[in-house]
Amino acid sequence: MGQISLPITVRNVTKTYGGFVALDNVSLDVASGEFLTLLGPSGSGKTTLLNVLAGFIRPDSGKVLFGENDITLTPPHKRDIGMVFQNYALFPHMTVAGNLAYPLKLRRVSRAEIEERVRRVLDIVQLSGLGDRQVDQLSGGQKQRVALARAIIFEPRVVLMDEPLSALDKKLREHMQIEVRHLHQRLGMTTVYVTHDQREALTMSDRIAVIDKGRFRQIDKPRDIYERPKSRFIAEFIGESCFLPVEVRSGTAAFAGQVLRLAEAPSSANPSQFLVIRPEKLKIVTDRDDAAGLNVFRGRVKELVYQGETLLISVDLPGGHEIAVRQPTSSAAPPPPEPGADVTLGLAPGDTIIVPDES
Amino acid sequence: MAVVAEQMPMKVGENAAELKAQARVETLRLGCLTLPGVLLIGVIVLAPIAWLFWLSLRNPNGFTLEHYERLLHPSYLISLQTTFELSFLVTGLCIVLGYPMAYLMTQVRERMAALLMLFVLFPVWTSLLVRCYAWLVLLQRRGIVNNWLFDAGLIDSPLRLMHNFTGTTIGMVHIMLPFMVLPLYASMRAISRDYMKAAANLGASPVQAFWQVFVPLSLPGLAAGIIIVFVLCLGFYVTPALLGGGRVMMWSMQIERNVTYYSDWGAASALGVVLLVMTLAILWLVGRVIGFDRMLGAK
Repeated sequence: MGQISLPITVRNVTKTYGGFVALDNVSLDVASGEFLTLLGPSGSGKTTLLNVLAGFIRPDSGKVLFGENDITLTPPHKRDIGMVFQNYALFPHMTVAGNLAYPLKLRRVSRAEIEERVRRVLDIVQLSGLGDRQVDQLSGGQKQRVALARAIIFEPRVVLMDEPLSALDKKLREHMQIEVRHLHQRLGMTTVYVTHDQREALTMSDRIAVIDKGRFRQIDKPRDIYERPKSRFIAEFIGESCFLPVEVRSGTAAFAGQVLRLAEAPSSANPSQFLVIRPEKLKIVTDRDDAAGLNVFRGRVKELVYQGETLLISVDLPGGHEIAVRQPTSSAAPPPPEPGADVTLGLAPGDTIIVPDES
Repeated sequence: MAVVAEQMPMKVGENAAELKAQARVETLRLGCLTLPGVLLIGVIVLAPIAWLFWLSLRNPNGFTLEHYERLLHPSYLISLQTTFELSFLVTGLCIVLGYPMAYLMTQVRERMAALLMLFVLFPVWTSLLVRCYAWLVLLQRRGIVNNWLFDAGLIDSPLRLMHNFTGTTIGMVHIMLPFMVLPLYASMRAISRDYMKAAANLGASPVQAFWQVFVPLSLPGLAAGIIIVFVLCLGFYVTPALLGGGRVMMWSMQIERNVTYYSDWGAASALGVVLLVMTLAILWLVGRVIGFDRMLGAK
């Protein structure tokens, strides 16, 4: 299925409901063939934006373009975009094949070609031979695949997905994340994916757009979002972090009087900012050589929590601050300290990130 | 735990019989709860029907088929034809009027839908007789409808709107409409808006989405409405008797005549049995076409 994908441009889109601002003057560029995830808490405006792209919600102001075409006023049935709904929305009065054939029938594709394309797309989503099934005879995972197949069978240039995996159990969801990713790599359609699951966003996306209260907070590659958060909000929302207050002065940052070696100079000149600490980036250091070149923090072990693949160790720092360090549980790892023991924790300068309180 | 398991050794299936007995008692207890309902239906519904059937096959001399033979007389056959014609017409008009009404109720806001529902239900809460007499007032020669049409210059002489087939049809449609709208509304409300969104997204215009997705999904409600209205029409008495003015002879009116004029319970019973058989035949036929579980609202 050689699809020609299209870039999506969103320009200054605003949507309000009464006094509630769902989208606050947002702009976004999605490159042709890109997999972009809209990630945000519920009520952040991510679904509203997706519905604006699909044409189900008319914005108060602003423009949406597919390629060169302004489609802001185009009704949904003329937009030619595939969509996977949260609850699949497979038509219960049609068979699996009937559901898949429906968009093709509307496009007056010949009967022989419809048959051929239904067969091919069932192959792609690994449901060969299930065309005659009724929709209610399918399992959750199968429905998910049919919904996906229906969204791509008419070779749309843009595909939208609204939390399509949220109804599946954890194992299947993780499996489908990889499958959807592979499908995207194979077909190359521009994809906008909505989720509130940060792990899903990190796993699947080319880029993640974090949205909150109707505004984008950061749009970046997954690695940059995780490793280089631009604000405390992002660091808090994505992944697990502890925050230590630091004092910023002329490009340097100090925690409790100790000047830190940084990955990069603080972006904002605001004197009171935060050091982001991801527990898995910290390491317990035992001697002076081990600590060489690291930022070190001394404290006392408060509690150990065994979590299967890792051990989470909470450490009290002087001044009432608390940070956590994550250590693998493998036998090759150093033996964990006892609660109450004094420990020294090291953080590599490359992982030492300073963020302002709000962006 | 391991210690306890060793202290109390048990053979596999040792207490199975005991557990099974308990399950049986539980089933029996639940069965007892339904007993009053079962008895009531038996006494009030099934026993009279059996008695009716018995009467229809008897005359003072014993067993006879004469009551059924009499039904082949032209006056009865005309009555049968009238009954079916009226039932089909009323059902058809109820679909034409009820479907848009129910659809409207699913499209407007909750508050508006509740108000419309009140309009649908209000007639049902009013006495059947009151409503029929109200129609007599509206439809008579110098009634409100004729006066209005005359004043509007649409007619030169009053239309005959009652004591005929037209009046009966108008009255019956009015009485039956709620029985069409209610199941339709229930089934339409259950249709997720996502289906219509999905249809639009796949390229269906609003008209195509309506006919290809919404209407098929509302069919169970439509089937339920058709069955209720049609079956009620077949045995309806009050409205045809009042608004038909004796000119519209329904099957039910033949039953009444046989009982009150001729005091002939045998003939009346035979008429009743024929009506019952026809009704069951129609239900069976519809069930064969659309599936019994769908007809009874199981799906």
